[in-house]
Amino acid sequence: MFAYIVRRTLYAIPILIGINLITFALFFLVNTPDDVARMQLGVKRVTPEAIEKWKAERGYDKPLLWNAQAAGLAQATNTIFFEKSVKLFALDFGRAEDNRDIGNEIRTRMGPSLALAIPVFLVGLAVNITFALGMAFFRATYLDLWGVILCVAMMSISSLFYIIGGQYLVSKLWHLVPISGYEGGVDAMKFLVLPVLIGVIGGIGAGSRWYRTLFLEEMGKDYVRTARAKGLAETTVMFRHVLQNAMIPILTGVVVVIPLLFMGSLITESFFGIPGLGSYTIDAIQAQDFAVVRAMVFIGSVLYIAGLLLTDISYTIVDPRVRLN
Amino acid sequence: MRPILLLLACLAAGCTDVWNDPYPAADRGGNILYSAFTERPKHLDPVQSYTEDEARFTQQVYEPPLQYHYLKRPYELVPLTALEVPRAVEVQGGKFTVYTIRIKRGIRYQPHPAFVPENHALARERIAGLQTPYALALGTRELTADDYIYEIKRLASPRLHSPILGLMSEYIVGLGELAERLRKFDTRKQDWLDLRKHRLEGVEKVDDYTYRVKLKGRYPQFVYWLAMPFFSPVPWEAEKFFQQPGMAQKNFTLDWWPVGTGAYMLTENNPNAKMELVRNPNFRGEPYPAEGEPGDAAAGLLEDAGKTMPFVERVVFSREKESIPYWNKFLQGYYDSSAIPSDTFDQAVRVSVGGEVGLTAEMEAKGIKLRTSPDTTILYLGVNWLDDVVGSPGERATRLRRAIAIAVDWEEFISIFLNGRGRVAHDPLAPGIFGQRTGGEGINPYTHVWKGGRAGRRPIEDARRLLAEAGYPNGRDAKTGEPLVLYLDTVGRGPGDKPRFDWWRRQFARISVQLEIRDTDWNRFQEKIRKGSQQLYILGWNADYPDPENFLFLLHGAQARAKSQGENTSNYENAEFDTLFERMKNIPNSPERQRIIERMVELYRRDAPWVGGFHPVSYGLSHSWMMNGKPNNMARNNLKYLRVDVERRAALRRAWNQPIVWPALLVIALLVAGSIPAFMSYRRRERMAAKPA
Repeated sequence: MFAYIVRRTLYAIPILIGINLITFALFFLVNTPDDVARMQLGVKRVTPEAIEKWKAERGYDKPLLWNAQAAGLAQATNTIFFEKSVKLFALDFGRAEDNRDIGNEIRTRMGPSLALAIPVFLVGLAVNITFALGMAFFRATYLDLWGVILCVAMMSISSLFYIIGGQYLVSKLWHLVPISGYEGGVDAMKFLVLPVLIGVIGGIGAGSRWYRTLFLEEMGKDYVRTARAKGLAETTVMFRHVLQNAMIPILTGVVVVIPLLFMGSLITESFFGIPGLGSYTIDAIQAQDFAVVRAMVFIGSVLYIAGLLLTDISYTIVDPRVRLN
Repeated sequence: MRPILLLLACLAAGCTDVWNDPYPAADRGGNILYSAFTERPKHLDPVQSYTEDEARFTQQVYEPPLQYHYLKRPYELVPLTALEVPRAVEVQGGKFTVYTIRIKRGIRYQPHPAFVPENHALARERIAGLQTPYALALGTRELTADDYIYEIKRLASPRLHSPILGLMSEYIVGLGELAERLRKFDTRKQDWLDLRKHRLEGVEKVDDYTYRVKLKGRYPQFVYWLAMPFFSPVPWEAEKFFQQPGMAQKNFTLDWWPVGTGAYMLTENNPNAKMELVRNPNFRGEPYPAEGEPGDAAAGLLEDAGKTMPFVERVVFSREKESIPYWNKFLQGYYDSSAIPSDTFDQAVRVSVGGEVGLTAEMEAKGIKLRTSPDTTILYLGVNWLDDVVGSPGERATRLRRAIAIAVDWEEFISIFLNGRGRVAHDPLAPGIFGQRTGGEGINPYTHVWKGGRAGRRPIEDARRLLAEAGYPNGRDAKTGEPLVLYLDTVGRGPGDKPRFDWWRRQFARISVQLEIRDTDWNRFQEKIRKGSQQLYILGWNADYPDPENFLFLLHGAQARAKSQGENTSNYENAEFDTLFERMKNIPNSPERQRIIERMVELYRRDAPWVGGFHPVSYGLSHSWMMNGKPNNMARNNLKYLRVDVERRAALRRAWNQPIVWPALLVIALLVAGSIPAFMSYRRRERMAAKPA
């Protein structure tokens, strides 16, 4: 397994370089370094000299990808792409265009993002599996039919609707929790109740329907018929046999997102005023802050690759037949 | 079980506490002002900060020599740390102008670690462990003239980006040269650049409380700059303190942790969530103004006259990126004041048939107050003077521009898209600026007529006639028969812009002219403006200071964007206008200046480099417990004037936010009731005998 992990880690390097290159190309296809400078310097009384100075300070005065003026290896290294990308692999994210330290920002914002994402993930998983098992248990009955209709309806509704509707009902009309905001420590609870509730409810439709399909597929297999023939109770069949065997496809979808929980939720964090990494990314895109966008895309890619690796490893844990070679 | 019983007992007894209070329980009843911010500030260093989002923080902390009178209108400069508003003294026959600024004695800085010498040699590990600079030992010292001189030198620092360096280098003697010298000298970026060692010829220390600034020629507007953060004092100790290795990695920089003498000090700086200002314990105190404009006394704005400011102990700014939670928290009493989001305008404001603006019954029932104030801002439809069709001073293009100026119904635009929150611009000057005429004398006769005591837009037939005279009868070129197609460059914000774009097309269609809208992003738009390749465009200007020069320079030929990258984005050039501008900008407000401005406005109206525009009107709401609130477009150091009736706020918050639990209990009961049939079905199936195959 160790060799497999090392090999996969090495595979990740060209993938990350590729992702970095694509991010770089997409960003600078839309924005020139001059645009970025103007964005940061404002619109009033900006002189061409100030723009040149800003670019020179941040290394944006070099060619983007290829330095024809340089000689030898410097043609590739004395460029914006190389200088901005290499440090990322040492997890040195540098400074945002507004001069704040990106690493410090990420460390500060990771907490609020995880405080929201972990409960949504865990509670959502438990609720979805329970609901899906219930529908599978009552398959081909009215309960199953209405359960599926409810799921389809819920997954058809925009997440924004859940957020605005939830804020309107729970916070504005019933005054049960604050509409938005965030405090550290135990005080975070009152701010997280509503976004977590909305996150869980918003995910029920798609999640439950997916898991229901997995469970029904398992329930049609021979081992289930054998278990029933042995006279096992239906709950025992469902929880000890069906659920366990459905874990592999569940893990495929679940483990891969675990590392991405760090990245936060883009919309929920904005609406609930939670200062996490999701709202950081949105802010950076709006402010054309390439340094932050690049760092967040890089971290997202690393975490996604890590998630895929974890998924592979988790297969070996839940299914002894799987071997990583 | 016990918590549930407690909850039920609490509900039965009618709990008086609220559950949705977003602030810590320890703060309840505190003398705190609650506000919100939408955009995170980029810079809090006074030498770099130039936006309103930033000024609302910096201007509470930093104190330039002058400030604007809080209540009087037109805006009036008064001393802040200075003993008096300095007067310009011309020397060498007007070749130079000298301002002598005398500051008050005994002003002390806020407590700050920079004033403790031991804190200038901190170990990296110590810095790494700090959560805030205020965790270190704090000190203070007296404000001196050196601090103002140091800040003026900082304008030239190669490590900073002052947006006014270019402008000030034209006036302050030696500033440009200092910038050049420093650029060559500053090679060791990791060290502190001690500006005290570098001389600035045009700024001279007279004594510890007096300094002189020498300008090239005349620049009467310089005193307005002395009321802006660019000319605030910065202690050298602060720069040295923040330059220590390890500080920047913790985001401890002067750009994020301001150090000043103002009424408040920034003690929490988390632009992602919360910024907190705390009353500066070393603040000298300042009396609330005893005079205002007519109506201020009746509005209760003079009740605190003579009392020592500030009144509020802390100011908490929470980040609200979305307008819906912001608005709802204001209605719940968790923000003391708010703007009115456009999608909730009808909920807050009603406009009578006669056009009078008032609050809705819901707002009045809450005791909310409405304050309106015309902004010192203009938004205009500009014409590129370099364009072959609509630009140039030729008669044909001029008539075309005048036709467009009549056809574009700005009154309708303001009514539809701004809920009436704007005034049609008849000249480039914002309301309240010296030189602007009001009433019948103030209308643009090329687009409006004065009838029945109000300005009415000229009939569309006038526009069609002008269009025909320009050689485009019925919107077609008289020579070629081709339809006239014009192009409007604008920055789109998404699909929601479609009604606005449709409206623009309709305005031009009224004179049978086709309008093509080039919807683009901000960068491309700016690029077109820089290159002078736009035809028609929409842009605005927010005044730096209340002087006509700050608006009329937007049409000064020497400032043409395409030629000199100046602020004249329409690239308008008129020799007479430029000559008048040069004369007007250097003389004080007087009948002569008024005459010059009127002539310039007449040239503007005749040539129509901007084919109309409007001045936005701000509508602000505040709760009944907030006192002394008065919009001020120039001064942002307004927090010290505000007072909060804390007890009233606490009582009303309690009354408005009592938790309503029964719907939540009902939802839970319904879920439980809904699961009963499933449970029963499960039990029945479990007990059921196996069905025959």
